Amino acid sequence: MLIRLENDHFHLVEDRFAPVGEGEAIADTVAVILSLSRFQAEGEALLAAGRDVGVRMAPADRVEDLICDLPRLALVALDFPKYRDGRAYSSAVMLRETYGFDGEVRAVGDVLIDQAWNMVRCGFDAFETSVGPNAWAAAARRYRHVYQASADHRPPAFVERSQAARRLAAQEG
Amino acid sequence: MFQYDAIDAAMVADRNAEFRDQVSRRLSGELTEDQFKPLRLMNGLYLQLHSYMLRVAIPYGALSSAKMRALAHVARRWDRGYGHFTTRQNIQFHWIKLSDTPDVLDYLATAELHAIQTSGNCIRNTTSDPFAGAAAEEVDDPRVWSEVIRQWSTFHPEFTYLPRKFKIAVTASPRDRTAARAHDIGLVLRRNREGRLGFEVIVGGGMGRTPYIGATIREHLPAEHLLSYLTAILRVYNRFGRRDNLYKARIKILVASLGAAEFARLADEAWEAMDRPRADLPDVELARIRASFGLVDFRTLPPRSERFEAAKGDKAFARFARNNIVPHKVPGYGIVQVSLKGIGEVPGDCTADQMEALADLAERYGHGEIRVTHEQNLVLPHVALDDAPAVHAGLAAVGLATPNINLVSDMIACPGLDYCALANARAIPIAQAISETFADPDRAEQVGELKIKISGCINACGHHHVGHIGILGVDKKGEEYYQLTLGGSGAEDAAIGHVLGPALSADRVADAIDKLVDVYLAIRQPQERFLDTYRRTGVGPFKAAVYQDAHQA
Ligand code: SF4
Repeated sequence: MLIRLENDHFHLVEDRFAPVGEGEAIADTVAVILSLSRFQAEGEALLAAGRDVGVRMAPADRVEDLICDLPRLALVALDFPKYRDGRAYSSAVMLRETYGFDGEVRAVGDVLIDQAWNMVRCGFDAFETSVGPNAWAAAARRYRHVYQASADHRPPAFVERSQAARRLAAQEG
Repeated sequence: MFQYDAIDAAMVADRNAEFRDQVSRRLSGELTEDQFKPLRLMNGLYLQLHSYMLRVAIPYGALSSAKMRALAHVARRWDRGYGHFTTRQNIQFHWIKLSDTPDVLDYLATAELHAIQTSGNCIRNTTSDPFAGAAAEEVDDPRVWSEVIRQWSTFHPEFTYLPRKFKIAVTASPRDRTAARAHDIGLVLRRNREGRLGFEVIVGGGMGRTPYIGATIREHLPAEHLLSYLTAILRVYNRFGRRDNLYKARIKILVASLGAAEFARLADEAWEAMDRPRADLPDVELARIRASFGLVDFRTLPPRSERFEAAKGDKAFARFARNNIVPHKVPGYGIVQVSLKGIGEVPGDCTADQMEALADLAERYGHGEIRVTHEQNLVLPHVALDDAPAVHAGLAAVGLATPNINLVSDMIACPGLDYCALANARAIPIAQAISETFADPDRAEQVGELKIKISGCINACGHHHVGHIGILGVDKKGEEYYQLTLGGSGAEDAAIGHVLGPALSADRVADAIDKLVDVYLAIRQPQERFLDTYRRTGVGPFKAAVYQDAHQA
């Protein structure tokens, strides 16, 4: 199942991307997802042929290695081989914040409901998970407030507080 | 002291609601223990040999009387009438029932307490100076910055699944009472020549099987950039810290393998790539946090208290005053340290009655404030010297007037083989034997500051590496042996101790300490602490004293 986050909405979508396994031939579908090494070897030709290309990054792959190609990529899939491996969170934040990537950032692998809020806050907007979209949305929004700025651009507590203080001052003024 | 606003309260309430749901799913069998484990660990709940243990955070070691009473209530209602203060400025309750934990957490929330991030591979409770707001030499109140870090690190989306746990210490005094250099990150606040506040940033300290004193990667980080720079350090660690080996996963291993200069370069690179104005805390929020700590309404008193001086006619009070009370920044006040190291007791244990007595004393004589130290003692930071005799009497009435702060019996000892499944050897009986050897308080005072720290295995929960004398339990063909180290320190002169010689059997440890102390007393120069003498002379005379008759034996 693939959940997409669009305009603050979580919903199920058809996945039009075909994953290419290690050593597999590249399918005929328009859209494919390659590993970083396959992408580095074969991506150029696919992009030139007008195909939609996504790259699947293992936790140890460095997002820096994608910088030049980001504008042409449809999506970056970040793998959680185990949910406890938190490297993909930093990769996602860097894609969004440091490199301004606005394509799809997809969570793949061990994608569980208890990490929904971490993923959404770090800028993921697609989730390959067996959890339904309503449960996923509820888990992602479990906390009414957040303390720190992150890639989801939710206003952190300190912004909420200063807005509240300004409203109060305006009322009294 | 700092008070939650509606947002802080909502954060804890949302977490507690989530955990209540998870516990009920576990109790109904919907979750297996394996699935439940990471969820409960996020909430400070450990499964021990006989029951669950709940670890409650005491943010930067600061308690109010109301919070202390809440802890006493938890101890009495849901535990066996006591709690255990740890070396991490937390408190542990060892006999909690799983089905009770949601109620315990909801109750704690009413007193602005929680168990969030007291375990798991996330940023843990920040350590700070127990004398904050009371020490004359501090350049700013470190609690303000600790609270900034508390909020920033709570439910940090990027740093909840780090390679390993992560501990930060903040101090603003030249005298380091936080062991900053033994933390993953140590922050030492100073003013530069222009008078601007900044942090010395120390990275990669730690205990465990490979102890390190942290390396300074920034001499003076402008204070307003604290959060962006912490984010940069954590990002480097999250990305590049080892995840293949539990024992090599702490940041100290990454810093050691890259070298401090290269680590600093990576952190700077990440920092420069960041949208810093968005990551850093705005001045208005810093001012709000600062203001929410409020001011203590100290009275104007003469520096010398006649009542305090007169009370020293009582020998017990005089001894307590000498060893447990230190000067306060405000004339006529003192900082009263409360030892949880009564002779023959388990270091750090405190009964519900004792907690309530402390809450009352703090309320009556101490502006309602209590602190927890990483050396497992408590502090009443603001006591008028006039009131010190009454405080002493109140403490004595509940068995908390042990006058041994920083003396030989003020030891840190981990639970060891008596309680801990990982242990090689017992720690508490060793501590008790040493206490008894030095039971004569006059001799203990003559010896002066001497920090003994005991760990029951190489995991070093007793911080033996940074003891002036460290004692490590080892297994020698199924027997409990103890390796001694000398010369460690967790303070501003931080150092890792050196092994003295072959490990000793349990019955020889207290005697060996006695011999080490005799050597020190014989060769010390004026004003030298044990540690200073050791550093001057080296291991020679100490080693000779302990092992001289080993050859004949
Ligand atoms: S040092 Fe070892 S024996 Fe002591 S508490 Fe830690 S793990 Fe247990």
